[in-house]
Amino acid sequence: MVRLPMMPELLRQLFKKPATNAFPARYLPPSVTKFLQKVAQGEAVINPPVPVPPGFRGKITYDRESCIGCQLCLKVCPAHAIEFLPTTKRVRIYVAQCVFCSQCNDICPKDCLHMTPEFLLACEDRFAESQIVE
Amino acid sequence: MNGDTTKKSTPYTVPIGPVHPALKEPVMFTFQMEGEVVRSVDFAPGNTHRGIEWMGMRRNPVQIVHLTDRICGICGIVHSLSFARAVEQIAEIEVPPRADYIRTILHELERMQSHILWAGVAAHELGFDSLLFLAWRVREQSMDLIENLTGNRVNYGIVQIGGVRRDISDDQRPVIEQGLAYYRGLLDQMKTVFLDDSTIRMRCRGHGLLSYRDAQLLCAVGPTARASGVAMDIRHDYPYCAYGDFDVHPVLPPQEFGGPMGDVYDRIIVRLLEIAQSIDIIQQCLDNLPAGEILWEKKLPKLLSILKKAQGEAIGRVEAPRGECMHYVRMDGNEAPATWKVKASSYSNLMSWIPMLKGEQLADVPIIVASIDPCMSCTDRVTIIRNGSAADLTKEELTRLSREKTRRLSRC
Repeated sequence: MVRLPMMPELLRQLFKKPATNAFPARYLPPSVTKFLQKVAQGEAVINPPVPVPPGFRGKITYDRESCIGCQLCLKVCPAHAIEFLPTTKRVRIYVAQCVFCSQCNDICPKDCLHMTPEFLLACEDRFAESQIVE
Repeated sequence: MNGDTTKKSTPYTVPIGPVHPALKEPVMFTFQMEGEVVRSVDFAPGNTHRGIEWMGMRRNPVQIVHLTDRICGICGIVHSLSFARAVEQIAEIEVPPRADYIRTILHELERMQSHILWAGVAAHELGFDSLLFLAWRVREQSMDLIENLTGNRVNYGIVQIGGVRRDISDDQRPVIEQGLAYYRGLLDQMKTVFLDDSTIRMRCRGHGLLSYRDAQLLCAVGPTARASGVAMDIRHDYPYCAYGDFDVHPVLPPQEFGGPMGDVYDRIIVRLLEIAQSIDIIQQCLDNLPAGEILWEKKLPKLLSILKKAQGEAIGRVEAPRGECMHYVRMDGNEAPATWKVKASSYSNLMSWIPMLKGEQLADVPIIVASIDPCMSCTDRVTIIRNGSAADLTKEELTRLSREKTRRLSRC
C-alpha cells in the first residue's frame, strides 16, 4: 500500500501564510540596489526585517570620552579589527573586519564598547564612514 | 582519434565534483561504473582548506575560541567546546556546574537543529522538496531559541575558557520550555512523514549499507556508526559537561523498524530519535539547573595571564551531531598554543562512503553521500601543493616526511 503522510500537511499549507518574512520587499525587485536607492529617496518602503532578540550582537559603538587607551580590546580581538592610534591614545574599529563576538565588550575596564541591534551593514566600500567606528 | 580509444570499455569512469549540484560540499568523486552500477569509488577531499589552525597558532586561547566557532557553519558550539575543554585540562581550570549545564543545553539545541537540517537535506536529495521546506521551517524554532540564548543564530560565541559568557535568565526559561513543547508535539508528525512514507522507504531501505564490521574497521563515528549497530556515543562512554549526571544511552535503530541494518533508512531513524533524546536532556538540564557562577575567572586579563603560563597538552572530545569531534592542544608557556590540531567528525566517517557506494546505482549516490552528513569544510585540514598545483602524496614520500620530522624534532 502506498502511504503518503505528507499529503494532508501539504493541503493544509495551501491555506497558510508563508513562513518566510518577505524582506526587503514583498516581491523581488529587478535590482535591489535601485530599490534601496528608491527607499532612500522616500519613493518605496522597506518591508521590515524580523526583530532582533534581546542581547543581539550588531554593529559596535564606542564611547571615545570614557576610553583610557589601555589596549586590552586589541589583545582579545580574534579578527584584528581594532587599531590603536598612538597620537590620541584611542582605538579605531573596522566594522568590515569585525566578527561580532563582543569579546572586547567583556574585557573593557571602562565599559565603553557596546553592541547595538543594527545589522544592515552591507556596503561597497569597506573604509566608508559607516564602516569605521572611532 | 583512432578506433580503439572511441570503443567503450567497462568499467568506465564517471567523475563527480569537486563542485557539483548533487554534492552539498566540495569533494571529488571518481566512480568506476558498469552500466548504472557503481563498481568502485574513490574520493579526494582537500578543496576547502582554510589554514584555520595556522591562524590559531598566532592567537591566544581567548581569541581562538571565536575562531573555532567558525570552523563549521552548523556545529557552532561543538568546536569551541572541544577546544575549551582541551585548554581547561591544560590549565587545570574547573568549570562551574551552572556553566556545564548551560553548555549542555546549547549543545543539545545545536544537535536538534543540525539533525533537522540534515533531515531536510536528505529529503531534498530524494527529490522530496516539500519535506525539505517543512523540515527547515520547523528548524527555525531551534535557531530562534539559540539566537535568544546566545545573541546570534550561527556564530554563537557563548563558550569561554572556564565557562560560558551568557547566563540563562528566568525570563528565558519559559521561552526554552515553549520551544521544547513545540518540538515534543511535532516529533510524532516528523516520524510519520519520514518513516511512514512509501517513497522514502523505497529509496532508503537497503541502500548505502554499512555493516557492523565495516563501521568498526573504518572507525565510523556518530549516527553513521550507531545506525550500523555500533553502540558508541562520547556522551555515554566518556561523559563531559553535565552528561555524567543524566542517563544518556547511544541511540540504536530499534527492533520495530527491523533492527540495525546500517542503511540510509536507519540513519534517518537514529537522527530522528536523537532529536527526542535531545529534548529530554534539555528538559532535565532545565529542571536541575544549579545556581552559581558561570565563569571560572570573571576577570579576562587575569584569565589571559593564567593561560599564558599554562604548559602541557590535552585532548578535548565532544559528541558532535555528526560524531566525535576532537581538538588536540599543546601549550608551552607562550601566549599562543604550540600546536592545535582539529579532527572534525566527518573525517572519521568519510571512508565509510566506499563500502556504502559499492554496488549502488548512480541515482542513489546523492542520498548515500549525504547520509553520513559530511562536512567537508570542517574536515579539510591539509592541501598538498607542488609546483603551484594540488598534488598527491605517495606512501613513500609520506614516510620520508615523517622521518625527517622526527629527526628535526630530535635535533632541537
